[in-house]
Amino acid sequence: MDKSGYNPQELMVVNAARLLNDHDVVFVGVGIPNLACNLAMRTHAPNLQMIYEAGVIGAQPARLPLSIGDPTLVTGATAVCSMYDIFSLYLQRGNVDVGFLGGAQIDQFGNINATVIGEYKHPKVRLPGSGGSMEIAAWANRCYIITPHQKRRFPARVDFHTSAGFLSGGDARVKTGVRGGGPQAVVTNLGILTPDDNGELVLTALHPGVSFDQVYENTGWSLKQARDCQVTAPPTEEELTILREKLDPNRIYI
Amino acid sequence: MSKLMSLHEAIRDHIHPGDLVYASGFTHLIPFAAGHEIIRQGLRNLTLARATPDLIYDQMVAAGCARKLIFSYIGNPGVGSLHRIRAALESGELEWEEYSHFGMISRLQAGASGLPFMPMNPTGAADLAANNPNYRQIADPYSGAAVVVVPPLTPHVAIVHAQRADQQGNAQVWGILGEQQLAAFASQRVILTVEEVVDQAVIRSDPNRTIIPGMVVDAICHVPYCAHPSYTQGYYDRDNEFYMNWDQVSKTQQGAQDYLDEWVFGLPDRAAYWDKLGSEVHHRLKPGDRFSQPVNYGAY
Repeated sequence: MDKSGYNPQELMVVNAARLLNDHDVVFVGVGIPNLACNLAMRTHAPNLQMIYEAGVIGAQPARLPLSIGDPTLVTGATAVCSMYDIFSLYLQRGNVDVGFLGGAQIDQFGNINATVIGEYKHPKVRLPGSGGSMEIAAWANRCYIITPHQKRRFPARVDFHTSAGFLSGGDARVKTGVRGGGPQAVVTNLGILTPDDNGELVLTALHPGVSFDQVYENTGWSLKQARDCQVTAPPTEEELTILREKLDPNRIYI
Repeated sequence: MSKLMSLHEAIRDHIHPGDLVYASGFTHLIPFAAGHEIIRQGLRNLTLARATPDLIYDQMVAAGCARKLIFSYIGNPGVGSLHRIRAALESGELEWEEYSHFGMISRLQAGASGLPFMPMNPTGAADLAANNPNYRQIADPYSGAAVVVVPPLTPHVAIVHAQRADQQGNAQVWGILGEQQLAAFASQRVILTVEEVVDQAVIRSDPNRTIIPGMVVDAICHVPYCAHPSYTQGYYDRDNEFYMNWDQVSKTQQGAQDYLDEWVFGLPDRAAYWDKLGSEVHHRLKPGDRFSQPVNYGAY
């Protein structure tokens, strides 16, 4: 692709990276979240700390990690601990600012299904399951979801609650006693959804050239548009250059 | 009596049909050679537990070794689905018991510590607990707040791979530590596979790196390259190409069976397997060196 343009993956990575603050401690997955963190570190958040559920803290991967347990994450990291320790000392204790989540379905209240399509005991499509996401969604201070915007991915209700967003809305999440703030933004290839006061995901930003109707048609509930809905700034030359030349030169994820 | 033995002998003597087996290793140090030996010996009706069943259990399920799976994430890491396991779950052939990673590892922590259960803070996601009665909620006896508990997991056998150990089984690991230590302490019997068997003086030169003591180990097997296509930090890289190819190979039961015929049943042991992979693969997976700075323990 020539440098004046960008593809949907690049758009999502760039917008996710912009949500991260300097000094954030981020629980990272491979793929798009990993690219977003590395891009943020090379632009506005040089002191961001990446930790991986495999038990790696302060990773400085020299190559693009292709699995959550890639050995490049360990070499040069500040610390390595056991799986029990990463989930208890770091995540449960409240030492993680940001978690990234994904799944087959995300509903109106930011609940995620990564477990099953159909009935749990008689699965129509069996998906991978929670892994770390049940606890990340509950205990990270902020969670971000990055996903392509398709109607089947955004049903009004998920088939299975793999991880909790705002549950049925209102104070339902707070009442369960979870410590984290829940999903703070869903970044898609069309725009950005964020929760309103009731925990319902509403459209708060459109990417350049995208219309509200387009987003509405690709969402499985009556999506609302925030009164002050913004248009995101297009990816900059600098952001795209770092992504394409430094972070994913073989175009595996972008 | 020396605990050093061949992997063939260790599997024959320590794993029995119907056992609950935990082959440990989170992406790193997955003991594929042991999985292959279990397949070769035709063990059946096993309950296979692993946080991430990975390709090792996809292959063992394809081979018909498993009655039940206990897990927390059934994916091909970085690639997609585990097709044989997924097909067996969707068709109802394979029983399963499911946790989140933390729930799974907390069960091992309870088993490894000799505790009746492990408490965890609530997560708000109720559907898994609703389908798995091992998740229970109790009141914190001090504050009265709700805590979630899981019971101990105490496998009959753990299989744990490590970089090196002495002949007593004092094992040292570096890189991703996963649930190696917990699996060893939680299990009734432990089969330890290692890249290198070293003199005890090497172990004693760096005691902080020992995560599994010989006292819990029943069998020590010297199996270089045991973890391929997973990896051993500092020894060989993860074979990402293999993980991607398996996605194609395993789409059908026949494809998986052909693989097993050629690479498991068609070979006597791991040495022959590594040899068959060939020099191009050996070269591709060989990492460069990056040594740690030595520490001074002091002479007292």
